[in-house]
Amino acid sequence: MVKELKAEVKKLNFYYGGVQALKEINLPIERRKVSALIGPSGCGKTTFLRCFNRMHDLYPHNRYEGEITLYPDNINIISPEIDPIEIRMQISMVFQKPNPFPKSIYENVAYGLRVRGTSKRAVLDEKVEKSLRGAALWDEVKDRLHHLAFDLSGGQQQRLCIARALATDPRILLFDEPTSALDPTATSKIEELIIQLKDEVTIIIVTHNMQQAARVSDYTAFMYLGEIVEYDKTDRIFTAPSNKLTEEYITGRFG
Amino acid sequence: MQKSKPELQTEIKKRIAVTKFWDKVFLITGLLSTLVGLVLLFTLMADLFVNGFPRLSYKFLTSFPSRFPEEAGILSAWVGSFLVLLVTALASIPLGIAAGIYLEEYARKNWLTDIIEINIANLAGVPSIVYGLLALGLFVNFFKFGESILTGGLALALLILPMVIMATREAIRAIPNSIREASYALGATKWQTVQSHIIPYSTGGILTGVIIGLSRAIGETAPIITVGALTFIAFLPTSPFSSEFPFISFKWLLDPFTVMPIQMFNWVSRPQHEFQLNAAAAGIVLMIMTLLMNGVAIYIRYRFRRKIKW
Ligand SMILES: Nc1ncnc2c1ncn2[C@@H]1O[C@H](COP(=O)(O)OP(=O)(O)OP(=O)(O)O)[C@@H](O)[C@H]1O
Ligand SMILES: [Mg+2]
Repeated sequence: MVKELKAEVKKLNFYYGGVQALKEINLPIERRKVSALIGPSGCGKTTFLRCFNRMHDLYPHNRYEGEITLYPDNINIISPEIDPIEIRMQISMVFQKPNPFPKSIYENVAYGLRVRGTSKRAVLDEKVEKSLRGAALWDEVKDRLHHLAFDLSGGQQQRLCIARALATDPRILLFDEPTSALDPTATSKIEELIIQLKDEVTIIIVTHNMQQAARVSDYTAFMYLGEIVEYDKTDRIFTAPSNKLTEEYITGRFG
Repeated sequence: MQKSKPELQTEIKKRIAVTKFWDKVFLITGLLSTLVGLVLLFTLMADLFVNGFPRLSYKFLTSFPSRFPEEAGILSAWVGSFLVLLVTALASIPLGIAAGIYLEEYARKNWLTDIIEINIANLAGVPSIVYGLLALGLFVNFFKFGESILTGGLALALLILPMVIMATREAIRAIPNSIREASYALGATKWQTVQSHIIPYSTGGILTGVIIGLSRAIGETAPIITVGALTFIAFLPTSPFSSEFPFISFKWLLDPFTVMPIQMFNWVSRPQHEFQLNAAAAGIVLMIMTLLMNGVAIYIRYRFRRKIKW
């Protein structure tokens, strides 16, 4: 099969004010595959992930250098000339802690569409159902779509957040440790979901959990101190890493 | 050397006993302090009630003030209070909320916003008569609104504006950042985020602040006297409804007025005992109005708290 790139990171540097958090990052992102970012706490995984949808633009003094090219359009995601909103319209994110809006389940999923100006009831209804099905939540909530999202369990809330992200038909879906606040059952549900979703969408996932990276991802990048130490097919990284640091990390000797 | 088990046990028991003793001491002190406050408040209300209750009647609410204490009522006073408060609310709510949202969501955090923040907190502590002077200079002398309902309402609006701004900011600050990020990550603009998240989720806190501000404003006398409210007024402002096109009139805004506390003050300062009773009766009405407003504030807070828990 021919490899097809969805995005490519080239010489990316990122600064929080005067502090450099990402150094010279180069990374291909394969289309409709799951790429995992692993590495010890504080190595810059979240920082890196949040470059893809320009979340850093929300706060002052943050600065990007380099390029993240989005294919097939060939636009540079982090270029100051590109409106961050335009990027966020195409690249969705699921956060570490479930963060539903204090609105109904329905309105949570519909929000991204409302932002895009969709208000026709029929369109919203259809899209909400499709997204909730996509997030494997439909059967659990179909009878209470207009109840508050806060009434759901933590795992259900996280799947709701996934549905909310899916509703906007993203081209890339970003996950930042989506299961770290969840129990094992909820976690395995979300992992299954991620594996299913990659048929439709390119996924980048940050995880602390090595087994999780091994289970869900096709490619894995190991980060350390703001740099990518090693990037390869997931099974290679976990069976025959070429870098000593990577090996030490995945065998649990540090991190 | 290690202590034996029974010895350790008695020592633990002793320590628990001491802690429990202090628990009790604090409980009793706290209870007493609360009681002092409650008893004082209760005496005050009982006194007001005993004096004023016999004077309360439908007629009292629907009569103008008069030279004869038995015929005097508070019609012009409560209508005045109501209209002034209406102006206050209409002016302070949009201004205060807009300022609060601007400061929290739009303004860059720097020394300038810090100074603004400190000054708003200070403004809330400025004596109310100073606001009266400001209103006198600004609305009466400069804008030529006259000694009118509009001027009175705007003076009180200035007075409670800092409270509304601070309540707004506090309510907005209580919204976790993760909610904002969720909205922005879906491609929302700043205004979309403010409109569909920030404002709805802070409404409870904002309304509570507004109502508490208004219930302070309703009892204010100094700034209202300063801008020239009358102490004796035996007519109502122009009706806001008219029989001719366009059926609504804003002439009442420029009419002279009085308010409840001024009416009370006027009666208290008279020598006849009967007028004192009238003042007490008006006091009961004012108190009920204030308590009702506070009740509404508590209810709103309760309703919103139940729906939104961060
Ligand atoms: N807003 C910020 N301002 C300044 N420095 C920051 C900020 N956020 C993160 N950092 C720093 O940037 C580095 C990378 O942080 P980041 O959150 O990306 O790590 P991470 O790999 O996601 O860690 P974890 O696994 O604990 O989530 C850390 O040294 C952190 O202290
Ligand atoms: Mg992180």
